[in-house]
Amino acid sequence: MSWITEFPELSRETLVTVRKTLDSSYREFSREYGENIEAFFDPLLYFLVWFEKLLLATPWWLMIAIIALITHLAARSWRLTIGVIISLFLIGLFGMWEDTMSTLSIITVSTLLSIALGIPIGILMARSDRTQAFVTPILDVMQTMPAFVYLIPVVMLLGIGKIPGLIAVIIYAIPPVIRLTNLGIRLVNKEVLEAAMSYGVTPWQKLWNVQLPLAMPNIMAGINQTIMMALAMVVIASMIGVAGLGQPVLRSITNQYFALGLLNGLAIVVLAIIFDRVSQAYAKRSQQYLGGRE
Amino acid sequence: MSQDVLIQIKGLFKIFGAKPRTIMPMIEQGKTKQEILDNTGHTLGLKDINLDIKRGEIFVIMGLSGSGKSTLIRHFNRLIEPTAGQVLVEGNDVLKLDEGALRMFRRQKMSMVFQHFGLLPHQTVVNNVAFGLKTQGVEKKERLAKAKTWLADVGLEGYEDQYPAQLSGGQQQRVGLARALCTDAEILLMDEAFSALDPLIRSEMQDQLIQLQETLHKTIVFITHDLDEALRLGDRIAILRDGELVQVGEPKEILLKPADDYVEAFVKDVNRARALTVENVMKAPVNRITAQTIGEALEQMRASTKDYGYVVSDDGFKGAVTQETLEEAIEESDASGSDLLSDELYEDMAEISPSNLLEEVIPETLDNECPLPVVDEEGKLKGVLSRSRLAEALGSS
Ligand SMILES: Nc1ncnc2c1ncn2[C@@H]1O[C@H](COP(=O)(O)OP(=O)(O)OP(=O)(O)O)[C@@H](O)[C@H]1O
Ligand SMILES: [Mg+2]
Repeated sequence: MSWITEFPELSRETLVTVRKTLDSSYREFSREYGENIEAFFDPLLYFLVWFEKLLLATPWWLMIAIIALITHLAARSWRLTIGVIISLFLIGLFGMWEDTMSTLSIITVSTLLSIALGIPIGILMARSDRTQAFVTPILDVMQTMPAFVYLIPVVMLLGIGKIPGLIAVIIYAIPPVIRLTNLGIRLVNKEVLEAAMSYGVTPWQKLWNVQLPLAMPNIMAGINQTIMMALAMVVIASMIGVAGLGQPVLRSITNQYFALGLLNGLAIVVLAIIFDRVSQAYAKRSQQYLGGRE
Repeated sequence: MSQDVLIQIKGLFKIFGAKPRTIMPMIEQGKTKQEILDNTGHTLGLKDINLDIKRGEIFVIMGLSGSGKSTLIRHFNRLIEPTAGQVLVEGNDVLKLDEGALRMFRRQKMSMVFQHFGLLPHQTVVNNVAFGLKTQGVEKKERLAKAKTWLADVGLEGYEDQYPAQLSGGQQQRVGLARALCTDAEILLMDEAFSALDPLIRSEMQDQLIQLQETLHKTIVFITHDLDEALRLGDRIAILRDGELVQVGEPKEILLKPADDYVEAFVKDVNRARALTVENVMKAPVNRITAQTIGEALEQMRASTKDYGYVVSDDGFKGAVTQETLEEAIEESDASGSDLLSDELYEDMAEISPSNLLEEVIPETLDNECPLPVVDEEGKLKGVLSRSRLAEALGSS
């Protein structure tokens, strides 16, 4: 009657065997296919390396000018633009320019990839309840599973480096853009959709001229969240060899360098604020027409 | 107006729910909408609808909220698939069209105006109007030019580059109307198109629609829950109740001969004075007098039960006379020797036209003891309208 007081666990041996079998079969799988999969990601790796080198090779003043220009074009706000210039300048002044550029490159690439993958997945989800029922729990797992846990199989498969880091960042950051694309399309005003249908739109015209534009506010919110989550993931990704601001943070944890950690942490915060303000201001400006009478 | 049938609905059923077909036998057993909902969770949307809509008419479908109006009109262009039945446009079954043919049908045959406008918020007004043409692949310059002329036609010149959110409700619906007209579709579907507008704007829009219709001669299916609107616009009116048609007919038939209590309750509150014309309620002229002389006239009048009469000749209506006047006149004529019915004998009484609204003739009708003569444009006596008849028509039933 021991099950009343103690949980009827599986025996130790069984548990060990189960774990061992899983581990060894996955190891075998990665030994078998690891190289192929790595080769598959090679073009991405080249692009990532090239892009990082490009950012690093660009003179700092030109880089600041470019970022300021993009900021200004997107947000049309002098205050924001000047704030961006000053904070980037301070980052450089405190010796974090190179790490910041590395982080910027991986964030940019992972965000672009998240959008490129996330929006189509979101569209598919919105088209069928079944797809939605299938994808939603996967997204839940992706968002709640501690990041360290899925780093393990990625590293087992691909080793330590930029690509596994990138994959980890994307896995962590992609759910919002998928969810909000799906939600945005599902929330499109029914009458507007009926109106479009009644004029004989093709499915493609419906998607392109009606659903996506009307879902845009939500999609933009999703992209914004995705960027923020990618930035949050940078520190963790640096554990598996992603260069950038995460590395000094990691070092300062192990060595108890408070000031170093704080400075790099602040640099990440600055990047986050820039991305956030710029994308929000852009979203707001491009949706002015929803506002109402002037 | 040519009278051939353009749209035919035959035996249309629509059941909402998981397994609509399994419900059909229950309907055949005569179960009500409520019973079906309670027992199976299915909603009976439409039950055995049969309609003929003629080319060039404004056909109004009316009913309370939830009676299935929107459901019915969405079958016309197949935004909703029926559970059973046929929708024939020019004899072709819309339900048999494949995807591509259905798209072509929607682009060319029908366009629709929506209660809450259904405009694209991210497109300018002119682009919204051109939407149908863009869908058809018409070149940008051409479609914008056409959209601009339609915008002008609905009175929105100069608003081309505004966004819908910058316009008032009435203006937005004009955009919706222009968008529907821009594709030159023959059939216009309007689902409570004016219901979201305040009364003044609504009546303006009704005027505009009537005005446009005078030149365009579209076939318009118009949904409303407002009887005044229905009477104002409709050549014919169909009344829906819980998904069933209870009456189809011309406005006066609906008003004067409501098919059941439901329709009667509907028409009870309508402003009949504004909805009915003299022609709708007048009585045939019983005491016509076709005499040349006072003597003959008096004789004819004495033969009838009334002490007044309406003198008509081959040329038409002459005037009304009372027995009293005639009796006085005949005494005078005995003295003068002339026995002819002369103009000064006729009562000083208004003539009313068959097309007058009751509202317009209330004062005259009440002013006179005897019924007013109803005279048409050619001067013929068409009927008479008495005070009591007027009161009866304006009363509740
Ligand atoms: N998609 C749907 N699923 C289930 N039931 C529906 C659906 N659409 C309509 N119904 C039901 O069908 C009936 C008729 O609805 P419909 O929208 O056609 O009414 P209506 O006459 O247009 O009302 P209103 O004046 O409020 O617009 C209602 O009982 C409604 O609940
Ligand atoms: Mg409706």
